[in-house]
Amino acid sequence: MRSHRWFTPWVLVAPALISVLGFSIWPSINTLRLSFTDTKPLGGDADYVGLRNYTDMLHDGQVADALLNSVVYMAICLPLLTVLPLLIAILVEKQLKFIAFFRTAFYVPVIASAVVVGLMWTWMLDDRGFINSLAQRLHILQEPLPFLTDRWLIIISAVSLTVWKGLGYYMIVYLAALGNVRKDLHEAAVMDGAGPIRRFWSVTVPGVRGTIFLVAILVSVAALRVFSELYLLTAGTGGPGGQDSSLVMLIQQYARGFYGDLGYASALSVLLFVVAVVPMIVLARLNSRGDR
Amino acid sequence: MKEKILRYVLLVLVLIITVGPFLWQLSTSLKGAGEDIYTSTPSFVPQQPTLNNYARVADAIPVWRYIGNSLLVAVLTVGGNLIFTTLAGYAIARLKFRGRGIVLGLFLATLVLPGEVTIISQFVTIRDLGLADTLLGVALPTMISALNVLLMFNAFRALPADIDEAAIVDGANAWQRLVRVALPSVRGTLAVVAIFSFIAAWDDFLWPLIVLTSPDKFTLTVGLQYLSGTFTQDQRLIAAGTMIAFLPIAVLFSALQRYFFKGVEEGGVKG
Repeated sequence: MRSHRWFTPWVLVAPALISVLGFSIWPSINTLRLSFTDTKPLGGDADYVGLRNYTDMLHDGQVADALLNSVVYMAICLPLLTVLPLLIAILVEKQLKFIAFFRTAFYVPVIASAVVVGLMWTWMLDDRGFINSLAQRLHILQEPLPFLTDRWLIIISAVSLTVWKGLGYYMIVYLAALGNVRKDLHEAAVMDGAGPIRRFWSVTVPGVRGTIFLVAILVSVAALRVFSELYLLTAGTGGPGGQDSSLVMLIQQYARGFYGDLGYASALSVLLFVVAVVPMIVLARLNSRGDR
Repeated sequence: MKEKILRYVLLVLVLIITVGPFLWQLSTSLKGAGEDIYTSTPSFVPQQPTLNNYARVADAIPVWRYIGNSLLVAVLTVGGNLIFTTLAGYAIARLKFRGRGIVLGLFLATLVLPGEVTIISQFVTIRDLGLADTLLGVALPTMISALNVLLMFNAFRALPADIDEAAIVDGANAWQRLVRVALPSVRGTLAVVAIFSFIAAWDDFLWPLIVLTSPDKFTLTVGLQYLSGTFTQDQRLIAAGTMIAFLPIAVLFSALQRYFFKGVEEGGVKG
């Protein structure tokens, strides 16, 4: 018996297929094409300019700064956001009273808009904001630290914001994985007299190893894609002399207005893609090597 | 017992770190003009609590209009995702057809690509469709998300095969099987798709920032950034603005969180 006519699946799939072709597949090809043009945001004629956007990029100090920022960003985010959420997931895994409340509360920074938390942290990190006031009152600091105006402190502040906002998200990813770790292994380890730290290393970590690599990949790609944190903490300026921009911030800047350049922004997008693929490949390699 | 106390101490510590900043912002938004918010001994409880700051946000920016704009984008996104990812997910999971593997591969392939990489050419597409600086232009690219198609695909695939067979014997066509048999069994995943489409649309910043140029079309996030950048250094006002954007999401999420965590336990949430 036939379950359906031949075109039924295609009718059902068509809207989604058109959307994915039009707004994902075609734009990825078109990004490459645009990167060889001088397309302007407001429309008008565009010409092919060969490799000019790419050669310009090589001499662009802001691009070099953005890449350096990305490397630093990733170097700090990667260990923190791979490890801390795992520890928090272990903390909320056990069924205790009010645990649903804690899980939900830890997830709240994830659901808040980047704009909301960005403005919140801008206020907390202000020269006269909560953190500087508190540190001075406790005599940790004599003078306020310029979290929002110093070249490197801005990066540190934005990283802290990214880590803070990401804790709950990766906690959930780990929580789903912890559910699949075999309970009998834990019980056997307890019988053998293994303490909690020993069990963490010899039962939990091997049990969620694949997830640790997945989180590491997600964190590194997210670190390269950073935009809102830096944009909001610097009120859109990118810090002193624009040195605290990320690649995505530069892409956004070139996308706007009369002086914008979508061709150059597309070349930056291609660069972002290349840079984002590197950690994916490296970590996927490491993961498959460890399996052998 | 000792372990239990230690666990609660750690839980409360993480709670202070994750939720504390929101409470501080809420407290700032309720502090009156006469209260020194810059004092070196900041107080968590407002001395002269007032809602006046919230009223002043509406004087500085057309906040109701921005809320309406954000709602419109969110409703379009939620509606689009609920309807179209259900149809696509069902077809790929439950109907056999040639090319099914390729279609599934296309949706999977888009997950590898960071969205920011294609944001410029997406803007070019939207502009060429004549939708630059419109709210439909903001909503359109996210109205059918590939990730949600895959979530629905997973949910439909997990249903036992014989429920289809029984319905086919009864003479039900594909549409009837979807609506009467399959759909009631995937309500949990539908809830997850709805919650996350709403939150993603309501929170989004970069894309509306690129698409929208006229201040009267701004969504709430873009409008808030505009408020803090252009109009004021008054932290009470900015705090009130951020709370206006945050509280609806917080209420929505707490009301629906059990669906979300149930979805997590069933392995339904991946991104």
